[in-house]
Amino acid sequence: MSHAEALQPTSEAARPGGDTLVKRHSAIVRLTHWINVLCLTMLLMSGLQIFNAHPSLDFGKISNFVDPPIAIGADEANGAPRGFVSLWGHKFNTTGVLGLSSLDGKPTERAFPAWLTLPSYQDLGTGRAIHFVFAWLFVLNGLIYLIYGFATRHFRRDFIPTGEQMRHFGGAIRDHIRLRFPKGEEARRYNAIQKLTYFLVVFVMLPLLVLAGWTMSPGLDAAFPQLLDLFGGRQTARSVHFFAAFGLVLFVIVHVALVLLSGVFNNMRSMITGWYDIGREPDSHA
Amino acid sequence: MRKINSTRRGILARGAAFIGAAALAGCDKVINSDQAASAFKGVDALNRKAQQAILQAQQLAPEYTEADISPKFYANGSTDPDDPAYKAMVADGFKDYRLQVTGMVDTPLSLSLADLRAMPARTQITRHDCVEGWSCIGKWTGVPLSLVLDKAGVKPTAKYLVFQCFDTMDDPSSMSGPPPFYGSIDLLGAHHPQTILAYDMNGKALEVPFGAPLRLRLERQLGYKMTKYIKEIQLVDSYAEIGQGKGGYWEDNGYQWYAGI
Repeated sequence: MSHAEALQPTSEAARPGGDTLVKRHSAIVRLTHWINVLCLTMLLMSGLQIFNAHPSLDFGKISNFVDPPIAIGADEANGAPRGFVSLWGHKFNTTGVLGLSSLDGKPTERAFPAWLTLPSYQDLGTGRAIHFVFAWLFVLNGLIYLIYGFATRHFRRDFIPTGEQMRHFGGAIRDHIRLRFPKGEEARRYNAIQKLTYFLVVFVMLPLLVLAGWTMSPGLDAAFPQLLDLFGGRQTARSVHFFAAFGLVLFVIVHVALVLLSGVFNNMRSMITGWYDIGREPDSHA
Repeated sequence: MRKINSTRRGILARGAAFIGAAALAGCDKVINSDQAASAFKGVDALNRKAQQAILQAQQLAPEYTEADISPKFYANGSTDPDDPAYKAMVADGFKDYRLQVTGMVDTPLSLSLADLRAMPARTQITRHDCVEGWSCIGKWTGVPLSLVLDKAGVKPTAKYLVFQCFDTMDDPSSMSGPPPFYGSIDLLGAHHPQTILAYDMNGKALEVPFGAPLRLRLERQLGYKMTKYIKEIQLVDSYAEIGQGKGGYWEDNGYQWYAGI
């Protein structure tokens, strides 16, 4: 493999025992990654606080107050209070977590539970204030990352699978499912699944999340009415914002699971110091 | 050659545990600190400045068609003020209603509904975005606020319009009775072509749940800025001495003053 394909190709160091440490992540990538962890956590928790003020989702230009397509709520079933999620008229019992959960030890009607929202108690104004602080930080951080990624060809090198990688895509999926992670030379670069996933998150999901957020602003709708056409209405944009955030949560769950399974110490070191141990080429006769 | 020493591993693990515990225990405390309050205030000002930089002063909020009008417009906040003076006005069809325009103006005004209806009117079908997250579309007719301001003559030192309203709000902590509802906007918002004092909604006289006899429409901002039951418009250079000093009933209760997002 040519070194030009490797992440951070210039630095490496041999370790006793034959393992090789490579400089996997640059300082900018590491810094923006951890700022993102902070921002997305705060945005998610304050976002759920905001959602709790009107816990239903609509599609189109206006809200349907009679039977919204998606809603979280509380009612009574068989004489007992119940929390529910309703999807196009089908109700699912979610007592204890969604719709009805404990706040200061008392069962309380709220869409998302106190331990998931910022602040923990119902306070829309403060939830919005927190959301905007971290939205600004998130967008500025993202701009720095994007400028860096284009200028250094990081995206070209690490987010676009090579032709050879695409030809072996099926094999990559099989290896991933069996949790066989590449070692040695193959671990110098991201595999095709990693490349495509990071591409989708950075260039599709996060921009969609930001644009759908802007579309909820009556001020920005006046400046950019095209935003409303793009999403098909302000209430659709609100739903897209929610689902993109939900998709990001699923990404983070898989991302963290794979970090744990493929070597938490090695991965954390590479994301903090930059250095990643690619190990040794697996011995084919072993 | 690089060595990984075990103490670094220990520092990382202890650091992660500390951050986790602090996050769980301290979130609400951090949020309620003075530093957080000033950060929130700064970001509110930043939102306002960013939108002023992006938005042209006269740029209109999107307008919709008759077919888009919500079958049922949701009403919240006060929807049926129980102040005796207001109830008496409702009973006689707002016959004696007067809009007062006071403060930093050349000519204080006292206008009846007939006076307001005799002025040029604007009709617009617009989307009302509630801070809670829902939207309704309605048709509003009223007199452009800028025309009323022109009639009164705004003094050059005036910066804000404070709307004093007929409705009072529940406040269990208040010892001196319920606080009257009020709100404020700046002159930029007041002079926007879609900023009107609406007296009609969906083709008929504004009904009580929606702010009869006169409410503000400020289409590039959120619903809570669009004061209902307007009694008086005061031109001021600061709202610091009014209410709890944050510029409105909802702002005093934690909402952002700039509500364009």
